[in-house]
Amino acid sequence: MAYDYAPFPYTAPPGLSGPEPRHKVAIVGAGPIGLAMAIDLAQRGIASVVLDDNNVVAVGSRAICWAKRTMEIFDRLGVGERMLEKGVTWKVGRQFHGADEVYSFDLLPEDGHKYPAFINLQQYHVEEYLVERAQEFPDLIDLRFKNKVVGHEGFGDFVQLEIETPDGLYKLEAEWLLACDGAGSPTRERMGLDFTGQTFEEQFLIVDIEMEDSPFGDHAVPERWFWFDPPFHPGKSALLHMQPDNIYRIDLQLDLDADGKAEATEERVVPRIRAVVGNTPFRLDWMSVYKFRCIQLDQFVHGRVIFVGDSAHVVSPFGARGGNGGIQDVDNLGWKLTAVLQERAAPALLDTYHEERAHGAAENILNSSRATNFMTPKTPIEALFRSEVLRLAHDQPFAQKLLNSGRLSVPCSLEGCALQTPGAAQIPPGRAVVDAPLAGPDGDSWLIREVQGEFTLVGFGNVTLPEMVDIRRIGVNQRAEYPCFTATNGHATRRYGSDMAYLFRPDGHVGAVFRHPTAAEVRTARDRALGTHLEDAA
Amino acid sequence: MSIAPDRLSPQQDDFYEALMRAHEGLSEAESHALNARLVLMMANRIGDLGTLQDLLESARGYSDG
Repeated sequence: MAYDYAPFPYTAPPGLSGPEPRHKVAIVGAGPIGLAMAIDLAQRGIASVVLDDNNVVAVGSRAICWAKRTMEIFDRLGVGERMLEKGVTWKVGRQFHGADEVYSFDLLPEDGHKYPAFINLQQYHVEEYLVERAQEFPDLIDLRFKNKVVGHEGFGDFVQLEIETPDGLYKLEAEWLLACDGAGSPTRERMGLDFTGQTFEEQFLIVDIEMEDSPFGDHAVPERWFWFDPPFHPGKSALLHMQPDNIYRIDLQLDLDADGKAEATEERVVPRIRAVVGNTPFRLDWMSVYKFRCIQLDQFVHGRVIFVGDSAHVVSPFGARGGNGGIQDVDNLGWKLTAVLQERAAPALLDTYHEERAHGAAENILNSSRATNFMTPKTPIEALFRSEVLRLAHDQPFAQKLLNSGRLSVPCSLEGCALQTPGAAQIPPGRAVVDAPLAGPDGDSWLIREVQGEFTLVGFGNVTLPEMVDIRRIGVNQRAEYPCFTATNGHATRRYGSDMAYLFRPDGHVGAVFRHPTAAEVRTARDRALGTHLEDAA
Repeated sequence: MSIAPDRLSPQQDDFYEALMRAHEGLSEAESHALNARLVLMMANRIGDLGTLQDLLESARGYSDG
């Protein structure tokens, strides 16, 4: 069925009738990133005001592929299970050359994870769930729709914003301004920050159709299908995804000189879709023609203004690294900003948000640029190599691996970044938590549930954790005075070893590892993860 | 036709990008010349006639003609 775009209510903000007390945090943009940011902060007790120029969720499905790591973060934010239930779970991608399948991959070949490799769920559903979750924090999240930020100015330790509403202009002040206002970020534009990078000339048509019968044919299995040079769209590429509510996403590469406006019309689109799905009845739900760029800001943190998500970095959509990258930004920033606001860390900690997430953005840009280059050869010689890779990929394993229709989003590793204490382990410092099922005193659980949210020291197997009151401790396959779990089917100990302690940061990344942890060593590693050594250096 | 085990991954994308970079800015004729040089140099690096003959036959086996 078509999505019902119900408007969110606008109420006149207090700032229209008199000055508001200075806010801790102002978030510009109530898309997935801004909303997730507000929820993350609220769960840590930090209040924010969220300002959005609109009053409905995103129109069109837009971001649909949510990666496992994103789902684990959404789990921590209280919306993961709802998204999983509604979303379409998939893990197999098939790549075709012409009509022949040349290579398929299984993104999550092993058991013992709460979340699958990917779910597909329309951005409007995600935003709706996030708004409803945000509304569970009425004292901490002040959601203001139809509040368009039209100006901002920094004053040392606060930012003043000018905001336009249906009832007129008002001003408010915030200690921190988080710009979650998307690829075209007005905040970034006002600051005149350079945002140039590789622009791709190729145009793509993106269409959502509603259809009773699955275009995946007899299988009726949700997968990701990608065609190089499909029979129904010769010489170009095509991508097919399944979404909930019988909605299918079809993405078609267009000619370089295609007229985008003319292509995004029913009379042009319907024959193209007919060519893919045949005579099966369908309804057009949404369509759009897009081009893309790969760019990131040189610096994500500018005094009291911090860029999060697409405002800081944009990528091509192949690989699902846009929204998923942005959610990892939120995950990285939430606990750090909280520690700074609660004076448990110096503002220098926020520099590591830039260090770690600029690294993540660069990885996403590298991968998505390469995929786009492979999909759209620029010169005859690039086309020649591409076509020979496709030919060899029918049976040569190395050529199958060279096929690149998008290297799909995997959790960014922060190995070697300043906050991690160097060390060696199966999951080395910097890597994100790898989930595993646990059985505990209160029933079954998952490692992601036990370690995310605050610093947590986990002892796996034959390792003794030191006594400490200021750091949460849990044990796996051991008996102790702190909460202990059993590694269900041995997954946890197989993944982490059976004689190691791991210190997880609040965002679930490994901060340090120990064979024989002492309280002093663990505290030193925790303090390092809070950036105390950066403070000393400053 | 011999099926060779994959020895490029996980660095296959780094290699492919470097290969495309090597061709950047060249005319088509220059690119073909570069490819020819590459084949000769790779043959020398492989250095085993049996392996090379097998590769030649396998690659030829995929030809349309």
